[in-house]
Parts: sequence; structure tokens; C-alpha cells
Amino acid sequence: MTSTLISSPHVPRVNRVDRVMLQVLLALVPGVLAMTWFFGWGVLVNVTLAVGFAVIAEALVLLLRRRPVLPALGDLSAVVTAVLFAISVPPTLPWWMTLLGMLFAIVLVKQLYGGLGYNPFNPAMAAYVFLLVSYPVAMTSWLAPELLSGIDLSFGDSLAMILHQVLPAGVDWDAVTAATPLDEMRTQLDEQLTIAEIRDQSALWGVFGGRGWEWVNAAFLLGGAYLLWRRTITWHIPVSMLAGLLSLATLFWLIDPQTHPFPAFHLFSGAAILGAFFIATDPVTATTTRRGQLIYGACIGATVFVIRTWGGYPDAVAFAVLLMNIAAPTIDYYTQPRVFGHGRERAR
Amino acid sequence: MAANPVPSSERRLWTFHGGIHIADEKALSNASEIAVAPVPKQLVIPLQQHIGASARVLVAVGDRVLKGQCIAAADGYVSAPVHASSSGTVIAIEERPVPHPSGLSALCAVIETDGEDAWAELPEPMTHYAQLDPAEVRERIRWAGVVGMGGASFPTGVKLNPGPDRRIDTLVINGAECEPYITCDDRLMRERASRILEGVRIMRHLLGGPEVLIGIEDNKPEAIAAMRFALGESDLRASAEVVAIPTLYPSGGEKQLIRILTGKEVPSHGIPAQIGIVCQNVGTAHAVAEAVLDGRPLISRVVTVTGRAITAPRNLEARIGTPATDLIACCDGYREQPRKLVCGGPMMGFELGEQGVPVTKPVNCLLALTAAEAPDPGPALACIRCGRCADACPANLLPQQLYWFARAKDFDHAQDYNLFDCIECGCCAQVCPSHIPLVQYYRYAKTEVWAREQEKRKAEEARQRHEAKQARLERQERERQARMRQKKEALAAKAKAESGTSSEAKQAAIAAARARAAAKQQGASEPTDGA
Repeated sequence: MTSTLISSPHVPRVNRVDRVMLQVLLALVPGVLAMTWFFGWGVLVNVTLAVGFAVIAEALVLLLRRRPVLPALGDLSAVVTAVLFAISVPPTLPWWMTLLGMLFAIVLVKQLYGGLGYNPFNPAMAAYVFLLVSYPVAMTSWLAPELLSGIDLSFGDSLAMILHQVLPAGVDWDAVTAATPLDEMRTQLDEQLTIAEIRDQSALWGVFGGRGWEWVNAAFLLGGAYLLWRRTITWHIPVSMLAGLLSLATLFWLIDPQTHPFPAFHLFSGAAILGAFFIATDPVTATTTRRGQLIYGACIGATVFVIRTWGGYPDAVAFAVLLMNIAAPTIDYYTQPRVFGHGRERAR
Repeated sequence: MAANPVPSSERRLWTFHGGIHIADEKALSNASEIAVAPVPKQLVIPLQQHIGASARVLVAVGDRVLKGQCIAAADGYVSAPVHASSSGTVIAIEERPVPHPSGLSALCAVIETDGEDAWAELPEPMTHYAQLDPAEVRERIRWAGVVGMGGASFPTGVKLNPGPDRRIDTLVINGAECEPYITCDDRLMRERASRILEGVRIMRHLLGGPEVLIGIEDNKPEAIAAMRFALGESDLRASAEVVAIPTLYPSGGEKQLIRILTGKEVPSHGIPAQIGIVCQNVGTAHAVAEAVLDGRPLISRVVTVTGRAITAPRNLEARIGTPATDLIACCDGYREQPRKLVCGGPMMGFELGEQGVPVTKPVNCLLALTAAEAPDPGPALACIRCGRCADACPANLLPQQLYWFARAKDFDHAQDYNLFDCIECGCCAQVCPSHIPLVQYYRYAKTEVWAREQEKRKAEEARQRHEAKQARLERQERERQARMRQKKEALAAKAKAESGTSSEAKQAAIAAARARAAAKQQGASEPTDGA
């Protein structure tokens, strides 16, 4: 018999934080593999580096805060943050930027607010934005998908690029890098070209989005479906976010199809799918009421469209998520469900 | 899970938000018939086994008592008497550990049984209750000490008296038994369905003949069949229905069951009678039938003794006051050392610190859980706000918000988020991935709020007393001063009056003196005699 009496319920618990995080990591596998296929070994190197930096940073801060280290590391939340960060940044990002990003994410955004569960902002996205604002060139120098550049970077080449920023002999930056589809679309639209002209002049375009990119997004969609199936996430945030983005995209495309890309382009070119299923659904920083989640997701989707179309950055998932993180507590407050036995009016 | 398909009824059923599916574990104990537990050597009968005022003890140490004899009388309207559950001698009236979440002791009458199990004289059966004044029948139920047997133990006589201005349309009979492991109501319905229905008939009569809905979860097909068969034989069949409801914890919660069967919601902080509904447990109906039709007080109940640590789990008809250890021994003892002994079900029951506590009227289950059945959930991790708790909450609360407020001791906000609508069913804690003991936080917050309210009430009373005292002192002072003033005035008046009379006297004396002097002068001028 135990010496202290434990309150009910006296049944095995059915969920565990580490299993939730593990499901997210599992669901990320297809997307990470697809990215590796199209963008080379750099993706995996970045993931490994980021995970290592994040775990070390988390352990150090926990030691400083005199908190138990192993339970916090064991919840795998730092690993999820690291992986999400690593697949959001260019595959050849210098290693020290990854280090900076992880220090920012884990130390400042997460642990200084009290650790898992207390951070108001999504750590991976905050780190991404921090680096994007600080090192805009490095953060927007994406590799071209290998099927476009025709250059097959070996594991050693990728490692050298990340660690020493040296290119393999006989290759220059212009040959391996390319604007992302969103960036390209935006630049060309600014040049007053029509969508038809833009699509004609480049081999960048696939059926929906950019070549390669659309497969990466399809892989993330697969992972998202897995999370829904395992009930790790609910449909509210992904569906409302994609609906928010799509509805605005469709509206403007219908108004003027020559200056607004086909709606599916918005889904399959940037980080919309990844954002909808893996980033906006971060439970800590999102709204918690179901009605609130619909509002939260829809606002993220709409913000993504607004920034992509009229803002200063080609993609906007990180900004949109961080902006709505601020609004989450307020949305929660105003969307409390009607409690059993209370009238139709709001709870208070 | 339900083995046999249950014929669904035509009735429309409603749902409530949340709830969880959980292994029901009923098969451990529902296979064998209810066995009568032997008379224990000692009965420990707590004087408070109900909600309301503790009963007033009527016997003294050394008294011989008979089975069914009232040993403590109800003290007040919301109270219930307590009866001896076998014959013997009262050897102590003292504090003993009782089945209560606090683990504290309470006043008990300890009876050393004599093995004769001799009955006291019982009142006449009331088979003709339909011709009697309902108040008389209620008085019998009250006399018998019948309280809610589903766990809340509210005096049944009170619940069956909703008042003349409240019309009761529906009597809900709760046979849902949604807690895992517990099968006492299941067995009772299978074996004594007609007796239960007789109790239902009495209760229906007392409530003015409402419609009767008997709700049973569909994982108990035998109980549903038995109750339907008995209902078919009874004259209640025109006004009552046995309704199979989907198995979903906590469908057996009073508010949840009412919602499922009628679509109505009991108002927050309200009681079912406000919406024309009274809800009674099947065990209570059984006890009512015994009291009215046999004149038998409530001295025994069916208790499920189960859990994988028990060698032969089963249901026992146990005398109130039988120590838990005796009942466990009756089930061939422990197969393995339990990790914990729980009173009640695994979702809402509480751990017993002391194995010798007696069975009381609301104890429906003794649950000896092995380490595999009730593993240590480990240290609580941080809340990740996943919202699974809110999805599971049958009251549609936001459990994680309540948790943050309770943790921060922000009880005002916790109340704003409807802390007191929490029924402590444990769904939130069961699904929490961080293994936070959520229910414990809510209980803590509620207790703190109650304590504060009590403190506030005390402070208010003290303030009123103080003010009353101040007022009294002031009044006394005023009165004293008034008296003083009166006295002074009286004195002054008297003094004035006195001084007035003295000056008149003086003047009179002066006048007299002058008159005398004048007379003298006259006399002097006149010749006097020879001198």
C-alpha cells in the first residue's frame, strides 16, 4: 500500500507527452525524406545539428534552473522544435546560424518563459524569424531542387557547405541555388508580368507549385493525415488555416487570375501544409477551445495570404503563427464553451 | 464490452459533451450470484453515513441491541437514522476510521455480535401504501434510514418530497453503473428486478405518478433483459420504460443520465427537481421496497469486492458496519498484495488508508488494484495545453484553465470558469498526457473556496456580533446618561422646590418677627403692670 493517498482516478493513463511528440516526429519523416531527396543531404545534416544543439541547450538551461533534466529532455519537445526549425531553413545554412537559432528558441523563447507549456510563442518559428531578420540573405538562399540544377551534392559536399561554407570545385552558388517558387512568383509579379508569362519562362514550375516543392508538401500532407488518424491533432486548426488561405486565394484568383496565382499554388509551394499540420497545431502556443481554434487557424491562413500577396516577405507562415500566438489567450477567453447546465449565454 | 446486442428502444436519446470509453472490467465480478456475507464478529457502525446532520446516538455502552433496532436517530430534516445490522452488545461508542476521502475517523457504535442475528420488533408492512397519505410512506422511508445508494447518500425521504409547488414529470431510475469494475447494481437488477420495480412503484406514487425511465448502459444486456421482463409482468409497464443507453463513462452521473434520457440539463448549482425530474439509483429503489413492503430498515447492501488482487471477486450482501477486511476474506482474500485498496470505482473512488474500515450505506465497491491495474502515473509533467481534457469533460469545462487557476491559487478566476460545475469524474485526468492529477487540483480549489467562504461567513458573523455589541454599549450609555439627566433634573427640581419653600418660610418668619417686634413696641408704649 502506498503511504500517501492518491486522488482518483486510479486507472492507467492513456496518453503521454513523449508519445505525442514521438507521433509528431514520426509524421515528419515522409516530409524530411522528400526534402532530402530534392534538396540533398544538407537537410539531414541540419536536422542532426539542430537536434544536437537543442538538446544540449535545453540540458544546460535546466541545469542552471536546477530542474530535473531527464524528464524534460525525455518529453522530446526540444527535438520537435529542432526538427521543425531545421526543415524550415535553407539546407546549406551555416552551422553557427543553426546554433544561434536553437539557442534563441530553447533558451530565450522556451526556457526563460518557464519551459514546455509556458512559452507564449512557437520556439521554432520565433528562431526562424529571428534569423530571417538578422541574416536575410543566408536565410533565403535556397538550393534548387536537384532535378533542376542537375548537380548532385554528395554528403561530404553538403557537410563542407554547412561547416565551412565552401562549394565543391567547379560549382558556383548560382548553379546550385534558386529562388523558392513563392519568391520567384512574387519577384516576377512585381515586374508586372502576368501569371501565364511567369509560368512560361521558367522550369521552376510544377503542376501546382514549384517542382519538387509540391512533392515535399504532399509528403507533409501525408504526415498530417497520419497525425489526424492517430488523433494526435484535431482537424480544427489545419482545416481552418488551409480554408482561410484558400478562400482568400480563390477570391482574388477569381477576380484576377493573371495577377493572382492558382489557389493550389499557395498550398503546394511554401510552408502552408507544414504550417497547418505541424506548426500552427503546436498546442502550447495555439488556442485551446475548439471554436477558438477555428478562428485561430482561419486568421493564420488569411494572414499568410495577406503577407504573401502584399507584404515584404515571400512566405509568411512563421509571421502569421507568431502574430496569432499573441492573440491566442484573448481568443480563448472569448470562445469559452457553454458549460453544462448554463444557459445559452457565454460562460461569463 | 457488451457481448450480446441489446434490442434498442424506440426512444430518442440525447448525448452529453465528452466522456471516455474505458475498459469496463465488469466480467471480473459479474458472473456469480450475490452471496450473503456472514455476520462479522464486530460491527462498526458509523453514525454519519449520509449527507446532512449526524444521527444522535440512542444506545449506551453495554446495551444489548437487536437486528434492525434503531441505535441513532435522525437529527433534523436532512438526516437519517442508523440501525443495528445484527444482534449483540454495544462495546464502544468511539471514533473509528471510516470510509471517507479524508481518511479521518468519525463516531461509530461498535457492536460485538452474538451470532443469534435476532430481529428487533419491526413495524407492519405497508402493502397498502397507495391508500396511505404520502407523508406517512415518506416517514417510513425516513425511519428505515434509506439514503441514496449510488454514492451520494442523500436522505431518500427528503428527495422524494419535492414540495407541493414542484411538479415532477419524470422519475429517472439510474441503473447505468458506468464506473468500471462495479457490478452490484448489475447483479441486483438481474436477481431482484421485480423488487426494484416495487420500489420504483412506491417512489412513483410518492411523486404523483410521473413517467419512469430506467437507464441501463448497454454493456449489461442481462440486466436490461431481466428488468424488461420484470417490467412486462408489472402494472408499471404502461408508465415506465427500460432504456438501454450507450456505454460511455460517466453516463451514470445524475446530470448526464438525465440529459441522455430526457435531453434536459439540470441547471448549474440546481437540483433535478427544478426541471421536474427526480433521479434515484436502483439500489435505493430496492431499499425503499424493503422499507415499505417489509418494514425492514436499511441494514445491508450489495457490495462488489473486486480487482485483480482479489482471489475470487464477487458481489456480497454485506451488513452495514462489516469491516472491509472481513469482506475481502469472504472472497478468499488477496491473490497478490494490492497496490491500493479503493472504496468505490476506479474513476471516482478514494483510496483507503485503513483496511479495517466498515461498509457504509453508500459504499458500492471495494476495489483491490494490482500495480498493473493502477500503475503509478509518475511525476506530473508540464501542461502542454493540448485540450484533450476539454474534449473529455462531460460538463464542457476547460479543465486546463481550471488547473492553471487552481495551481496559481487564483480561486476567483477558477470560479469564473465554473469550478463548481466540475463533477470530479476524472475523465480529464485519465486522458491527460502530462499525467497531472487534475481532479486533485479541483478538489483542492473547491475546499479552499469553501474554507474561505466559511471564513468570510465567520468574519461577517463576528462583525455583526461586534456591531451588535457596540450598538448595545452605546444604547446602554445613552440610557445611563438619560437616567443621569433625569436624576439631575429631578434633584434640581427638588432643590428648587425646597429652596422656594424655605424663602417663603423665611419671609413668613421675618414677617412674623416684624409683627412680633411691632407688637412689642406697641406693648412698650402702653403702661405695663406694676413693674
